[in-house]
Amino acid sequence: MKRVSSWQVWAFLLPALAVYSVFSAGPLIDTLRLGLYITDETGAKHYAGLANFHTLLTDPGWSDGFWNAMGNNVEFFLIHMAAQNPIGLLLAALLSQRGVKGAAAYRTVLFLPTLLSVVIIGFVWQLILSPLWGVAERMLGWVGLEGLFQPWLGEEGSALATLSLVSVWQFIGIPMMLIYAALIAIPDEIVEAAVVDGAGPWRVFWSVRLPLILPTLGLVTILTFVANFNAFDLIYAVKGAVAGPNYSTDILGTFFYRTFFGYQSQVGSPTMGAAVATLMFLVILSGVGVYFYAVQRRLQRYTF
Amino acid sequence: MYPSLSSPGRPALRASLIHFVLAGYTLLALFPIVLVLINAFKDRPAIFDDPLALPTPDTWSLIGFERVLSKTAVPMFFGNSLIVTVVSLALILLFGAMAAWALTEYRFRARRVITLYLAFGIMVPIRLGTVSILELMVELELVNTLAALVLVYTAQGLPLAVFILSEFIAQIPQDLKDAARCDGVGEFKIFFQVVLPLVRPAVATVGVFTMVPIWNDLWFPLILAPGESTQTITLGVQQFIGQYATDWNAVLAALTLAIVPVLVLYALFSRQLIRGITAGAVK
Repeated sequence: MKRVSSWQVWAFLLPALAVYSVFSAGPLIDTLRLGLYITDETGAKHYAGLANFHTLLTDPGWSDGFWNAMGNNVEFFLIHMAAQNPIGLLLAALLSQRGVKGAAAYRTVLFLPTLLSVVIIGFVWQLILSPLWGVAERMLGWVGLEGLFQPWLGEEGSALATLSLVSVWQFIGIPMMLIYAALIAIPDEIVEAAVVDGAGPWRVFWSVRLPLILPTLGLVTILTFVANFNAFDLIYAVKGAVAGPNYSTDILGTFFYRTFFGYQSQVGSPTMGAAVATLMFLVILSGVGVYFYAVQRRLQRYTF
Repeated sequence: MYPSLSSPGRPALRASLIHFVLAGYTLLALFPIVLVLINAFKDRPAIFDDPLALPTPDTWSLIGFERVLSKTAVPMFFGNSLIVTVVSLALILLFGAMAAWALTEYRFRARRVITLYLAFGIMVPIRLGTVSILELMVELELVNTLAALVLVYTAQGLPLAVFILSEFIAQIPQDLKDAARCDGVGEFKIFFQVVLPLVRPAVATVGVFTMVPIWNDLWFPLILAPGESTQTITLGVQQFIGQYATDWNAVLAALTLAIVPVLVLYALFSRQLIRGITAGAVK
């Protein structure tokens, strides 16, 4: 057989490698470098070591905003972990039961919101929850609870939680599908053996099926983490770049955007923006690192 | 058969409980979408008086659509999104399949390193490189062009495409390729005429997966192509809502126009998409 010459191999690889290197990997590395520079009034860049990071993390003019965004982002993530993934697990567990009529139809419809743009999602929920249109208030009225209605999206105390739940509503299809796929991949014999041993449906779920899908739950967690710490679109679509009221919905993505482009009276700074991006990169990288070196390795032992 | 659903004594109760939860959540998932669709076809007073009612012959109105389609740039935004999505997708699938073929078929020294290098792009969001991407686009004079978006989306979609396509290409029987090689067929011909047609189902799956985030992206259009003539539908609708906030008919019509293509696409490809996610698990 003719040996394949190396220029042929590279001809296949080159287009993908070139586009990926120039427009993804390269800019990412360059951004990490830019974070080490400062921009002066003329727009020229000077090497400044870790000065930007020092400013971001300790100078009250910057650090208040940064730590607020970081705290909000953690809350955003925790609400996803508390709501999105357990509900996704519940839906997947129900869908994967034997003999549920219409399971395919449920699966299809429940995944639909995931495909719509956040611009649409954000606006629809804004309409529903607005006191002006009153759909939510009217519907609470049907069950006699209209007294509970508040402009949740507009109040400092509840805006972030409300937006998190809107995001949960939109993206629940992803954990649901991944968990569903893992559940139906469990060999029948394992479940049957447990049933023969006298385990009821609850026992089968908690002691047999759940432990077997732990690797998938780990994957869902890290996917949620990366998506949440990189989120921007929903907050921007609903609250704009200033993430109101009073920055209560500001997360790292919107903080990054404002730092980079500026807003109101503050001038944007590419190098400061790059420093924020670097910190986001470190947060995401540490999450991914924990996942690969601790969680996934330990969970691998349970796989069948 | 295992009797997990039909627990002794109360199988009907169990089944209806399952349906109660699933149907309840289905309503919650569909309600906002239905709300937009029904109100887009009503006149203005009806939108405010009874937002939860279906349009009736009395309240039926297409005024919002007329305004959006004839007096705004929304049709052009559609065209922009279509161009960006289709071209990016074509490049991702072609370049991705070529790279996947090279990485699975040939043994060469840099293989592991390149695989790792690409794998990095699956986990790390390309958005974090935005500062440099913008500088690069300014240098290349590509700001406010659709080409800028195509290049970034291609770079963004490639890593996952390479990995999924590699899985499928690895399953092509060795005999097929060897037979072609014995006949003296060149490597490029093998790839384009033997391999590519064989992975068509995988290409469709990767296509749907890759398309949705591109069509829906707000970040890069906002930063790289915010000009009036290069806005995508997602950015366009976002700006449109701000601009026409009081014209509810127009806003609801614009939203409907943005939802419908996704609904149609999903109706056509939902099998492929769901099979892609649950790949290998469906029994």
